[in-house]
Amino acid sequence: MKPLHIALSALLPLFALFAKANAKTIVVCADCNYCMPGDAVAVAEAGDTILIKPGTYYETNIEVDKALTIIGENFPVIDGQMLDHIITVTADSVSIQGLQVQNVGLSFIEDRAAIRLSKVSHFEIVNNKIFNAFFAIYAANSSYGIIKGNEVHGQAVEEMTSGNAIHAWYCTHLDIEGNEVYGHRDGIYLEFVHKSRIFGNKSHNNLRYGLHFMFSNDDQYYGNTFRNNGAGVAVMFSKRILMHDNLFINNWGRSSYGLLLKEINDAEIFHNIFDTNTLGIFIEGSNRITYRENDFLRNGWAIKMHGGCTDNHFSQNNFLQNTFDMAAEAQGVDNSYDENHWSEYTGYDLDKDGLGDVPFRPVKLFSYLVNQTPESIVLLRSPFVGLLNFSEKASPIFTPTNLMDHTPLMKPFSWDKKIQ
Amino acid sequence: MIEIEQLYKRFGKNEVLKDLSLAFRQKGIISAILGPNGSGKTTLIKSILGMVLPTRGRIRAFGEDIRGRWTYRDKISYLPQIARFPENLRATELFDMVKDLRQRDTRDKALIELFELEEHLQKPLAYLSGGTRQKVNLVLTFMYDNPVYILDEPTAGLDPLSIIRLKQLIHHEKECGKIVLLTTHIMSLVEDIADEVVFLLDGHIHYRGSIPQLKADYQASDVEQAIARLLAGEESPEKAFTLNPS
Amino acid sequence: MNKILKYSLYDLVRSRWMFFYFGFFLLFTLGLFWLSPDISKVAISMMNIILILVPLIATMFGLMYFYNSREFTELLLAQPIPRQHIFLGQYLGVAGSLSLSFLLGMGIPFLFYGLATSSDVGLFLTLLVSGVLLSFIFSGISFYIALKNDNRIRGFGLAILVWLLLAVAYDGFLLLGLAHFSDYPLEKYALGASLFNPIDLSRILILLKLDIAALMGFTGAVFKKFLGSNLGMIVSLIVLLFWVLLPLWSIRRASLRKDF
Repeated sequence: MKPLHIALSALLPLFALFAKANAKTIVVCADCNYCMPGDAVAVAEAGDTILIKPGTYYETNIEVDKALTIIGENFPVIDGQMLDHIITVTADSVSIQGLQVQNVGLSFIEDRAAIRLSKVSHFEIVNNKIFNAFFAIYAANSSYGIIKGNEVHGQAVEEMTSGNAIHAWYCTHLDIEGNEVYGHRDGIYLEFVHKSRIFGNKSHNNLRYGLHFMFSNDDQYYGNTFRNNGAGVAVMFSKRILMHDNLFINNWGRSSYGLLLKEINDAEIFHNIFDTNTLGIFIEGSNRITYRENDFLRNGWAIKMHGGCTDNHFSQNNFLQNTFDMAAEAQGVDNSYDENHWSEYTGYDLDKDGLGDVPFRPVKLFSYLVNQTPESIVLLRSPFVGLLNFSEKASPIFTPTNLMDHTPLMKPFSWDKKIQ
Repeated sequence: MIEIEQLYKRFGKNEVLKDLSLAFRQKGIISAILGPNGSGKTTLIKSILGMVLPTRGRIRAFGEDIRGRWTYRDKISYLPQIARFPENLRATELFDMVKDLRQRDTRDKALIELFELEEHLQKPLAYLSGGTRQKVNLVLTFMYDNPVYILDEPTAGLDPLSIIRLKQLIHHEKECGKIVLLTTHIMSLVEDIADEVVFLLDGHIHYRGSIPQLKADYQASDVEQAIARLLAGEESPEKAFTLNPS
Repeated sequence: MNKILKYSLYDLVRSRWMFFYFGFFLLFTLGLFWLSPDISKVAISMMNIILILVPLIATMFGLMYFYNSREFTELLLAQPIPRQHIFLGQYLGVAGSLSLSFLLGMGIPFLFYGLATSSDVGLFLTLLVSGVLLSFIFSGISFYIALKNDNRIRGFGLAILVWLLLAVAYDGFLLLGLAHFSDYPLEKYALGASLFNPIDLSRILILLKLDIAALMGFTGAVFKKFLGSNLGMIVSLIVLLFWVLLPLWSIRRASLRKDF
């Protein structure tokens, strides 16, 4: 009994060796035994590697139903000719690397994707290029996956007929890292996606949002850049999202935001830079959120608050050269503004404690007027409007009386900027 | 040379010149244009120069209608009444400018010498005295050899010596066959240099005649007396008497 | 005309006022840069000066120059030159020397602080161009007012009224109109009304560089087209140039009909 046990345990690594030795690499190229990736997948067994040589392979509906590693050499092209899904993964532990997957046609019936993951875990989609796909990477009911270093480029023209670059639905524990996504409806779309991390991505020139959370909880995103999207990031109906060290830049247009918060609870927003967006952060019906140590630079409105917002806390943020620092119809409940730096602040600091001696009111009368009559924006920075703002400042009638920072910082708060 | 036909000029409701016809044709004649304040002397001169635009009537200079023209002014030298120049220009620059505008031979050097202006040439005009500015003004006027000279109060602000030199200068021009039109309030000047008098009253010519004839017509010993009597004939004698007790 | 321009420039560049004007801009701009390293803040302060003070000073200076040189103008009128050349030359002299003082006063600090090569060069060029255009427009308006009014008090009164109207009151009326008719689509009206005021137009020109993010937040297609492309820039500049030409044309016309 005992020797057998020993023998068995001695054999175990051998088994492993055997299993590994048994795993084979199947090469796909025009002159190989397998000239289509689909053929190779069909004959491969779990644990095998498929190496695809450079070339263009016109194929759709490749179903990866076993744990394979598919590696492209010098980005071989798998072209779907605008027909159907290209790769569908239905097995755990699949890795797809170095492919160029392109041309997935639009469909109004199903969400066609270049690479689709369905009910799988421990997958890796790494360093692929996906061009001109309706949906590029589509993960449904999946978990513990890595989507990393992919370049996804769509040619979306209008929202109705375009899909998302990276789309996840009912997933948990995803790492979406270092991808560059542009030209889609949403750069990254997450619905019912929990406990995931989105970091180091560049999402730009997407029609709708750079990154979009719906009904997703306990996620965090950081170190991302959102540039020139319809809106940078939209976080909706989600809880406990951590948002830090992101750059939101040049998101211009009607209903265009750096960051949109809609029905969000218990979030933390820090160390972000909001630069030259029509709206830095648009907050609607969101509660228990802290905003600290963010920079709001040259935005149309740094912050616009709409609907009932309670328990929003702004501290140590820098508001620099925004057209309007803040727009809010009402003061809200239990919102606080402390020790922020406002470049518009003209008060003084006689006791030299670094805090202005006069409170700062970030809501201007003119922002109220523009809210009532949007066309009056043509009078922005008119001397007459300056007079109006001044008299309103002296005795507020239209603007919320209590919305003020009692301890404005005289100098910008400096924090360690990880993203530039 | 200068012919004015049925000239009317109205400023708003105020009719300044009424049916005025006048001609200056004869060379070598100095005509003094006289008249009480508001009689239209300045308006007449400015009309000739094209500065005032006639309401009706016609002015011809050197044979052509002056309406809308400006080249004829090259043959007329005008001495304006008040000598105020750009403050920061120097006299030399002013002369240069006029030379630049007219582009003709000038005799400014001789005139500068005549009026002893050398030491003032490099000063900004704002620092010059009234008399000196008038001398600058005179140089500007006489530096061109023109057939017609129009002088508005030429002696204003001048010292006696300069007045004598100016009279010599005007006389010299007359000798050279120039037409000189002159307005002044100083009757002795008229007596000294003018050949004839044109007397304006209420916008038309009340009297025109040579100096001897003027004196004869009003049995006066000098021009001043003749003008006083001329005015007295127009207005009530008592008033004229109080104006001129001699 | 060039000769008149040349000599009035000779006169004006040596004028004490021009020197003050230049010094004011120089010190003001240097002071702003010294007080605040924040470029946008500097730009906004300069914008206010350009929109309020440049028109006022151009108007006042234009009137002063015109009235002060009346006798000299008479001397010029007796010279063999077309009379409109005299006024256009003098106008260009005034507008040119005002612009020169302004350009040097604000431009030297720009160069000194290395803005010519920074990313904000567009914004500062826009500020300079607006200032120059406003100098031309408002000295033109003042010349026209002076040509039309021999009475100095009346002339100055009128000029201040025009300035007050365009610099401040116009925007008040515009805002009142917008607020009153806010139920109607107003974007064309709002943009159109701005075209009729050179100060508003310059302001919008600067806003296109300074606050584009906020301007893009608006719904209307006309707004979007106007502000979102170069169209706004081009239209504003063209209309401003028209505003420069309008007084020029009026001066010419008025000078041909005036008695002196």
